[in-house]
Amino acid sequence: MNISAIIINIIAIIGLIIAFRMNRKKAVGSLKMAVKGFIKMLPMVLIIILAIGLLLGFVPSSTISKFAGEQSGIWGVLIVGLLGAVLFIPSLLSFPLAASLLEGGASLSVVVAFITTLTMIGTVTLPLEIRELGKKMALLRSGMSFIIAIVIALIMGAIL
Amino acid sequence: MKKEKKGMKRDLIILSLMLVATLVLVIVFPENEGAVVNTSLDFLVEMMMILPAVMVLLGLFAVWVPKEIIGKYLGHTSGVRGILLSLLLGALPTGPLYIAFPMASALLAKGAKRSNIIIFLSAWACIKIPQEMVELQFLGLEFMLTRLFLTIIFVVIMGISIQKIIEWSEKRGIGEAAGHGPK
Repeated sequence: MNISAIIINIIAIIGLIIAFRMNRKKAVGSLKMAVKGFIKMLPMVLIIILAIGLLLGFVPSSTISKFAGEQSGIWGVLIVGLLGAVLFIPSLLSFPLAASLLEGGASLSVVVAFITTLTMIGTVTLPLEIRELGKKMALLRSGMSFIIAIVIALIMGAIL
Repeated sequence: MKKEKKGMKRDLIILSLMLVATLVLVIVFPENEGAVVNTSLDFLVEMMMILPAVMVLLGLFAVWVPKEIIGKYLGHTSGVRGILLSLLLGALPTGPLYIAFPMASALLAKGAKRSNIIIFLSAWACIKIPQEMVELQFLGLEFMLTRLFLTIIFVVIMGISIQKIIEWSEKRGIGEAAGHGPK
């Protein structure tokens, strides 16, 4: 068990203890929500984990690094960033996916662009966003999010 | 509720298809079996070490921090305080982005600043506390903190820019429609 996992679990346990001391009924309610959320998320988690297994098991590192590695340059960042904007994957699962790409030979910039566009831009939810915020604001937000995702990716690639 | 069930059903169908595809691939190419199984297991273990804890924290927040609080505080603050509050309220673990849009729209109607709403939505989308925890687990502290820091800076710049762009285009629009220059 790594240190991050230990810290996260300690925080959750402390939170639960405090919650149970404050209000038992509400704490039980939170636990029920947690179990429900976990069950709801489980199939998607397994889908992503199988996808990661297939990606790293079948696609050779040389192929991944050709399309998403250092030598793919700005095009790799742009294309994978665009892929992140189009895909509809729960944000929490973008991180294991990103880690597997990194392990498979993708460059840091590409991985950062992928995470940032995946979490910030939702092509599937864009119609809802337009309805709620108006065309101008929704399109400006999505478009500029894409640009800042690329900028953040390039900066991180340069400094880390 | 119905929609949730439908989503679950869809996920289960995709999962079964993935399982079948994986089985077929592994049977046809047995030399790759080890890599596929090992990687999947590694990632599964790593995920299961934190997912229950993350879900518990999400549950605690959902029960103790009602969504109304966000509207109460974000409705009428501006300046640096407004920016910080937008970031903070967006980062609270409160669910997927699509439930934030109606909230944002209601806040805009009540007169909240556009820049703050953009910052709030962006924080909601990509600097959520549970997300940062999963990022820490899979990509490490240095990666997580650097990305967090850069994201905050650029999201604030983006919020302010969008505010200015919309103000500018509205002024121009009004000026043209009324047949005279902007006020």
